Amino acid sequence: MVESIRAVIGRDLRLAMRRQADIVAAMFFFIIVVSLFPLGVGPEAAQLRRLAPGVLWVAALLATMLSLPRLFADDHRDGTLEQLALAPQPLALIVLGKVIAHWLVAGLPLVLLAPLLGIQFDLAGDALAVLTLSLLIGTPALSGIGAIGAALTLGVRGGGVLLSLLVLPLYIPVLIFGAGSVDATLSGLGPQAHLSLLGALALGGVFFAPWPTAAALRVALE
Amino acid sequence: MSKPVINWFRYASPLTFYPLAGRLIPWFWTLAAIFGVLGLTIGFLLAPTDAQQGEGYRIIFLHVPASWMSMFIYLVMAFWAAIGLAFNFRLSGMMASALAPTGALFAFLSLWTGALWGKPMWGTWWVWDARLTSELILLFLYIGFIALQASIDDPRRADKAGAILALVGVVNVPIIYFSVQWWNTLHQGASVSLTRAPSMARLMLWGMLLCTLACWMYSIAIALMRVRTIMLERERHTDWVRELLADKE
Amino acid sequence: MPGMHWNSLADFLAMGNHGLYVWGSLAVMALLMLAEPLLLLQDRKKLVTRLKQQYRAERTEARRKRETASRRSPD
Repeated sequence: MVESIRAVIGRDLRLAMRRQADIVAAMFFFIIVVSLFPLGVGPEAAQLRRLAPGVLWVAALLATMLSLPRLFADDHRDGTLEQLALAPQPLALIVLGKVIAHWLVAGLPLVLLAPLLGIQFDLAGDALAVLTLSLLIGTPALSGIGAIGAALTLGVRGGGVLLSLLVLPLYIPVLIFGAGSVDATLSGLGPQAHLSLLGALALGGVFFAPWPTAAALRVALE
Repeated sequence: MSKPVINWFRYASPLTFYPLAGRLIPWFWTLAAIFGVLGLTIGFLLAPTDAQQGEGYRIIFLHVPASWMSMFIYLVMAFWAAIGLAFNFRLSGMMASALAPTGALFAFLSLWTGALWGKPMWGTWWVWDARLTSELILLFLYIGFIALQASIDDPRRADKAGAILALVGVVNVPIIYFSVQWWNTLHQGASVSLTRAPSMARLMLWGMLLCTLACWMYSIAIALMRVRTIMLERERHTDWVRELLADKE
Repeated sequence: MPGMHWNSLADFLAMGNHGLYVWGSLAVMALLMLAEPLLLLQDRKKLVTRLKQQYRAERTEARRKRETASRRSPD
């Protein structure tokens, strides 16, 4: 079981490496969106510090959206997906592998960039650490929930925009607890409660989302 | 023993459901009108002034039914979606798509009346209160459902994809509500609280109940009307639709 | 059963200075709840005419095919 998940992850990572430009583009999108905000609201440090958690988290949601349409589209086009659906392993397990691979390619880079961008917003050490930690815990949930939307819009007209329409409302709890944890640190409340709820969401997102995703994929393959 | 089962399947087939729905629609319209007239008479003509909110509170007779219906319709939609996925009934998918626009309408009306209630009561059109925010997100969920179904040409696939989305949504609604409430208590900037409803006189309660019943009957009538149109469209290649339309010529 | 709450029509319309909000809510709600069934009826009428046209076209097409077939058969 673990072996087949690992095989899917390995395969998806190899494919992603052939498309490094996509990963880099999503990272730059994240950087540019975050950097636009000071230009929009002014450079005052206290205000930026207050905005930072929300801005970074919203930008992370949007950057994740960019790579989601690709999650199943390539496999769908070349027929791999049909083979995977006929394979003896449960389709949900394969989806889990793809979700993990998606996180490694699209989520992890955001986590690594976050401290750098946080400095732009004048965040201090502990807030910076919590921001990075919250993204590390929360981005897997984004990949998991996003997979449902990607499967539902597979091969559908206007898929990209539709995908964001379906997925962004479902991201709201992740946004609230993710940005909230940094807020709580800034206001001296401590981030533990937020982070544990975020962790619960991530566990739920990663381990329950593959089932509806697999169901949606079967519908798309019919 | 097996007879009731057969009957259920019979009503689940468009061929028998179509005329049945047609016969039921006028009844539901009549009920909606009766309940609506009674509820509005009580709410707008007979009910006393609220001690705290003055006359503006009368919006409650519109706002609360609209909010309740928007949430209730989402649950009913998810119920039909689940039935459709489990038993593969054609009818249940059509019911889910017939309900969505009406649910979205009530979600919008809930926000509209909420804003018009908020302005005189708290001096602002919009507060990021947990309930208002959740209602807004509910509207987004409805719009997502409608947009997804609209962009899939094959009706069977649209039904199934919509059903999965509705079920994912219904699992998420409590999580979203809880998280929004958590967020709200943390950011209690303005000290407005919607949770303290005005103390209800019995007459007010009756008015609200009747208005809600009116909206409920309205929703059933509309859903039946819409499901009939969807049936004609989807079953246009079948003999029963041909015969039905030939009779009318 | 209590009697009518209002003393005059003007009072009723003013709604204790909240008339704009109360009547604004009621008007939009009534408007949309009337518009929805009317739009549905219109959609339905359009669909029925479209389907009838389609069926008629199919019937004439079938008849023409039959006629050309029967005209050809004696040859």
